[in-house]
Amino acid sequence: MAPRTSAKICGMGHSMKRKEDPRFLQGKGNYIDDFTLPGMLWLDIVRSPIAYGKIKNIDSSKALEIPGVLAVLTGKDLEAYGLHWMPTLMSDTQMVLPTDTVMYQAQEVAGVIATSRYAAADGVAAVEVDYEPLKPVIDPFKALEDDAPVLRTDKEGKTDNHIWHWEAGDKEATDRIFEEADVVVREKMHVPRIHVASIETCGCLADFNPVEGHLTVYMTTQAPHAIRTVLALVAGHVGLSEEKIRVVSPDIGGGFGGKVPVYPGYVVAIAASVVLGKPVKWIEDRMENLQADSFARDYHMDAEIAANADGKIRALRIKTIADHGYSDAQAAPSKWPAGLFSICTGSYDMEQAYAEVDAVYTNKPPGGVAYRCSFRVTEAVHCMERVVDTLAHKVGKDPAQLREENFIPKEAFPYQSPLGWEYDSGDYQAAMDKAKEMIGYDELRAEQAEKRARGELMGIGVCSFTEVLGAGPSKDFDILGIKMFDSAEVRVHPTGKAIARFGTKSQGQGHETTYAQIIAEELGLPAAHVQVEEGDTDTAPYGLGTYASRSTPTAGAAGAMAARQIRDKAAKIAAHLLEVSEEDLDWEPGTFSVKGAPDKSVSIQDCAFAAYTNMPPGMEPGLEATNYYDPPNLTFPFGTYICVVDIDRGTGEVTVRRFVAVDDCGNIINPMIVQGQIHGGLTQGIGPALYEEIPYDEDGNNLAGSFMDYLVPTAVETPAWETGHTVTPSPHHPLGAKGVGESATVGAPPAIANAVVDALAHLGVTHVEIPIRPDRVWEILREKGVAE
Amino acid sequence: MIPPQFDYHAPGSLDEALGLLGSLDDPKVMSGGQSLLPMLKLRLASPANIVDIGRIPGLDTLAEEDGFLRIGALVTETQLEQSALVALAYPILLDTAKVIADPLVRNRATICGNIAHGDPANDHPATMLALGAQLVATGPDGARTIDIDDFFFGLFMTLLGEDEILTEIRIPAPAPASGGAYVKLERKVGDYAVAGSAVQLSLARDGTVASAGIGLTNLGITPIRATAAEDALTGQAPGDDTIAAAAQAAADATEPIPDRRGSIEYKQNMARVLTARAIRKALARAGG
Amino acid sequence: MATHNINVTVNGEAHAAAVDSRLLLVHLIRDDLALTGTHIGCDTTHCGACTVLMDGVPVKSCTVLAVQADGAEIGTVEGLAGADGMTPLQEGFQEEHGLQCGFCTPGMLMTGTALLESNPNPSEAEIREAISGNLCRCTGYVNIVKAVEYAAAKTGEGD
Repeated sequence: MAPRTSAKICGMGHSMKRKEDPRFLQGKGNYIDDFTLPGMLWLDIVRSPIAYGKIKNIDSSKALEIPGVLAVLTGKDLEAYGLHWMPTLMSDTQMVLPTDTVMYQAQEVAGVIATSRYAAADGVAAVEVDYEPLKPVIDPFKALEDDAPVLRTDKEGKTDNHIWHWEAGDKEATDRIFEEADVVVREKMHVPRIHVASIETCGCLADFNPVEGHLTVYMTTQAPHAIRTVLALVAGHVGLSEEKIRVVSPDIGGGFGGKVPVYPGYVVAIAASVVLGKPVKWIEDRMENLQADSFARDYHMDAEIAANADGKIRALRIKTIADHGYSDAQAAPSKWPAGLFSICTGSYDMEQAYAEVDAVYTNKPPGGVAYRCSFRVTEAVHCMERVVDTLAHKVGKDPAQLREENFIPKEAFPYQSPLGWEYDSGDYQAAMDKAKEMIGYDELRAEQAEKRARGELMGIGVCSFTEVLGAGPSKDFDILGIKMFDSAEVRVHPTGKAIARFGTKSQGQGHETTYAQIIAEELGLPAAHVQVEEGDTDTAPYGLGTYASRSTPTAGAAGAMAARQIRDKAAKIAAHLLEVSEEDLDWEPGTFSVKGAPDKSVSIQDCAFAAYTNMPPGMEPGLEATNYYDPPNLTFPFGTYICVVDIDRGTGEVTVRRFVAVDDCGNIINPMIVQGQIHGGLTQGIGPALYEEIPYDEDGNNLAGSFMDYLVPTAVETPAWETGHTVTPSPHHPLGAKGVGESATVGAPPAIANAVVDALAHLGVTHVEIPIRPDRVWEILREKGVAE
Repeated sequence: MIPPQFDYHAPGSLDEALGLLGSLDDPKVMSGGQSLLPMLKLRLASPANIVDIGRIPGLDTLAEEDGFLRIGALVTETQLEQSALVALAYPILLDTAKVIADPLVRNRATICGNIAHGDPANDHPATMLALGAQLVATGPDGARTIDIDDFFFGLFMTLLGEDEILTEIRIPAPAPASGGAYVKLERKVGDYAVAGSAVQLSLARDGTVASAGIGLTNLGITPIRATAAEDALTGQAPGDDTIAAAAQAAADATEPIPDRRGSIEYKQNMARVLTARAIRKALARAGG
Repeated sequence: MATHNINVTVNGEAHAAAVDSRLLLVHLIRDDLALTGTHIGCDTTHCGACTVLMDGVPVKSCTVLAVQADGAEIGTVEGLAGADGMTPLQEGFQEEHGLQCGFCTPGMLMTGTALLESNPNPSEAEIREAISGNLCRCTGYVNIVKAVEYAAAKTGEGD
C-alpha cells in the first residue's frame, strides 16, 4: 500500500529512520544505571542459596563492620512498616523480604545499603544467614498429589498447592465429538520455563525527599503509571500518597514483559531511601536477573484433536498444568488467570473446543510474565500447531495442505471461535500461499525426498498462527481493576510543531518514531516535528503500559483519535481563515482547501498559529487534545512461517537452513520497524525452540542461572531471516493496524519443532520437546537406529 | 558482580614476578585474565595477591625454532588465529583457537593461560596432548620442562607450582605428511565443549599412519589422551574400519560427567563421532 | 588494599586516576569518567555490552582491571562520532535499523569498528563470527550485519 503522505510528512507506510537512534548510537541513551544523584547509596541483595527452608538467624554484624556499609535491611525491619509482603498483579501475595521462610533459590533475604557498589557487594558476602533446609516441591505434578506438603502456609485455610482452575468451552459437547470422531490424535508437551533475558537487567533509583514527603523512582518499568498506583496502594499506609509519587521510566534496554512486575528489589530500594532519607540505587546482576525475576511459560499441556478421516478438524481438547512457582505473580489481566490461552483453536474452523488450566505452587521463583506474548498465546499456539502436525501425519496429508483444508475461510470474518473470541479479520490462505512461494515449498519437498533416500535428515516445518492482542476492551480487561485502555495527549504549538505524550513506554519498539508517524498521518505535520514522550508519570497521561503488543492497538489508536480531534478543531479555524463554512473544505494531509478552489488553502501550521493568535470568535484558544482509547475488540494478526532444518546424524545438532516468515499485522505504520520487530521476535523464537530453558534439579537448584548455561543465541546460531507480509486491515482499529511485536516469538518455535519432527517423521516420530537440544535429538536417532 | 579485595602487582621482569610469587601471601598469576577475572567476579576465587605478568617483556614469542613451535606466556588466541605460520603448519591450533569463547575474549585470552588453568573443559589441553607439547615452567630455581602428559592430574590440578609461571609451550614441528584437526561440539558459540577431539597424525610413504596423537576435551576430570585410539591408528591404513575402531577406542577412554550438555552415553558417543571426524579432517590435511 | 595511580587516554583525552586493585575497567569508564555509553549486561563475560577498544583491540571491559589499562588508549562509543558527524558504521546502524533498545549497540559498534579496521570488506559469515561475542536480544542480528555491510560499502566508495 503506497503511503498517503509525502516523504516530508512521513506518515504511515514510510520507513522513517528512527528518531531515537542518534542518542543510542553516540552513547547518549539514559538507561537506569546511567542515573546518579548527589549522596546516592547502593543497595545489593543477599539471596537464598536453598530452594526451601526456615531462616534461623541473620547475622549482619560482620557486614556492618565493612567500611561504607551503612545498613542491612531484613524482613523483620520491613515488617515494622507492614512492607514485608506485597500483592502481585494477580491478587496473590509475594514476600518482599522473608521474616522466617525462604520459598525459592535466589529469593531476596536481606538488603545491604552502602556508599558504593563495591562496598555493598562486600556487605552481601559478609551477611551470615543460618538456614534450616526443608525438602522442596519442584515437580508441579507431585505438588498436586495428596501427600504433598502445603507450601503456602501463610494463606489461612490453604490445604493444598492448587492455585486456581480455569476453563473455557463446552466440555460435554466437546467430549461427545471425541467419542464419535473418526480420528483422535494426542500429544503431551511442555513449553518450559524461560527468561526474557533482556540485555539490560532490572534496576531502580529511589529518591525519597523526607522534607516534602515526595518519592521519585527512576525504574526499568514497562508500565510506569500502573506502578505508581501499585506503590500508592502498597505504601499508602506509611504516607506515600499517589500525588507525591513520581515514577520515571527512562530508556529501557529491552523489556519483553520482564519489566512489568514489581520485584522485591524495587521495594527494598524504596524502603531504604525512605528509611535513610537518601537516594538508593539497585541494579541487579545477570545471575539475579535469571534466577529470581519472573520467568515465562512453564505450561505442561496434554492436547487432543478429534477429526474426520480426511483430516477435517472437529474439536480440540487441552488439559494443562501451569507451574507458577511459589506465587502467582503473572502480569496478566485480572480476569484472565490463564491469559488468552483460549486462542488455542488458532487458525482453524472447528465445531467445539474445551481448554482447562490448573495452576500450581512449587518452590521456584514466582511468575510468569507474558514474555513477548499476549498472555499465554505462545503456549496455546505451540500446542495447537504441534498437534495439527500430528494429525497431518496420522491422516497422511502434507502439513501445509491439512492446514489449508482447515483454515477459517476469509469470508467467515468476523469469525466467532468456539472458545468465545470474535476474530476481526483474516486471510490465512494468502499468507500461506506467499510463504510457500517464497520458500519454494514444492521444490523443498522434492529435495527432502531425495535426501531421505540417501539417509540424510532434512525437515520442513509449517506454522500458521493466529495471535490475539491489544488488550483491551474495558468490559473484559483490567489490571487490579484498572481498565486496560491507553492514552495520548497531543499539543500543537503555535509554530506548528507538536509534543505528544502517551501512557505506554517503548523498550526498543521505536515509539518516538512510529507515534510521530501516526500523528503525521492524521494531522499532516511532518513526523520530524512531533516530539514523543513517554514514561514520566508527572507529565504523561495515565496508561497501562507497553506489553502484550498493545501499544499500537491502544495508545497508537489514542494518538490517532487525539489527532483527529485536533484536526476537527483545525478545520473550524481553517474555515474561519478562509472565510468559508467547514463543509466547504477539503482535507489533504497538512492542508485545508476550499472545495473547487484548491489554490485557496491554509496549512495545518497556519491553523496552529491561528489557534493562538487569531481564533474564531467564541473558540477556546489552543490546539490540543487528549484521548483515552478503549478498544472495541482485540486484534488478530496472523501469519504462516515455514522453515527448513538439517539434522546432523552424528551429533543430533539442528541447523535452521532457511526460515521464511509471512506476517499480516494489518496496516503498517513503519515497514522498517515492523520487519525489525519480526527479526527480533523470530530470534526470541529460535531461542526457546533450540537453546533456552531454565531447568531445576530436584533440590530446586536453578541449572541455567547465568549466560554460561542460559543460551541466548548469537549471530552465528541465528539464521538470515526472510520476511514477507500480506495486509488485511483490522476493521475496528482507527488506523487498520493490528500490532506485531510478538507474532514471531509465538510462531517461530512450533515452525522449528515441526521441521525437526518432519525430518524424523518417516521414522515414526510425532513429537520432540523444546528446547530441541542435540542430545535430545541424538537419543531419538539412536532409538530409531539412524545415529551415525 | 564485584571481585573480592586483593592486591595487584605488575612486575616488569620475570625475575621480579618470581620474587613476588615467592614472597607474597596467596599469590595468583594472571596473564589475559579471561578465566581468572570471571572467577573473581563470581567470588569462586579470592587470592590475596594477583601477579599480572602481562607487562613482562619477552614472553610473547610465537615462532618456530630448533624444531619446535614456541608459544610464549603472553601469546593470545587472536595472535594464533592471525599467524600465517600456524595456519600453514599447525592448522589444528587454528581450529582450536577459533572455537574458544568468542573473538573478544580471544583478544586477551592466552594459550598458556588456557593450559595452566587446568580446566578439563578448556580446548588447548587436548590439542597439546595430540601435538605432544612440552611445557616450560619457570620457578625460583630456573626453568623445567614438563611433558604435557604429566601436567594435568586432577580437576583444576596441574604440576605447576604456586611459585612457578608457565612461560612457554613447545610443540615439536610436525613431520612431513602430517595433519591435524580439532573438532568441538558446543551448544552455541562461546560455550564450553560438550565434547572435543584433537587429532594430529603423520603418514608414512605407504599411506599408513606413522604416528598419531589424540586428545579429548571435557570428557573426564582431566584432559584425556586416547592412547588406545592412537594405537588403533598407528601402523594401519586409515580406512573406514580403522577409523571406526580408533574412534570407538577414544570413546572407551572417556569418563564423562553427565550434565546439561548430555548424558554419559551421549558424551561417549560424541567422543566417538568427533574423533572420527577429526581423524578424517587430519588425514585430508596430511594429504592422505 | 592497594591504590594504584594510573594514566589512561580515553577517546583521546588523558586521565589520571587512583584506582583500587579490583576496580573493573568498565566501572572506571562508567562511574569515574561518567562515560555511560559503555554498558554492563552480564557477569560472565558473555554479552559484550561493555566492549571498548583497548589500544585498538576490542575487549570486554568488565573482564579487564582498570589498573591493567594503565598507559592504554581506550576507545568508547562516545569517541566514535567526530566533527563530521557519525561514522559510516553508526550511520549504517540507523539506515539499516541495526538497533532497537540500543543497549547492546555501543558494544556492537566498537566490535564492528575494529572489524572494519582489520577487514574493510568482510563477508556475512565473517561479520557474524566477529560479533558472536556480543549478544543482541532485539534485532535478530540481520540488520546489524547489514549495518556493517553498509559501512564497508560506504567507506569503500570513498577510497
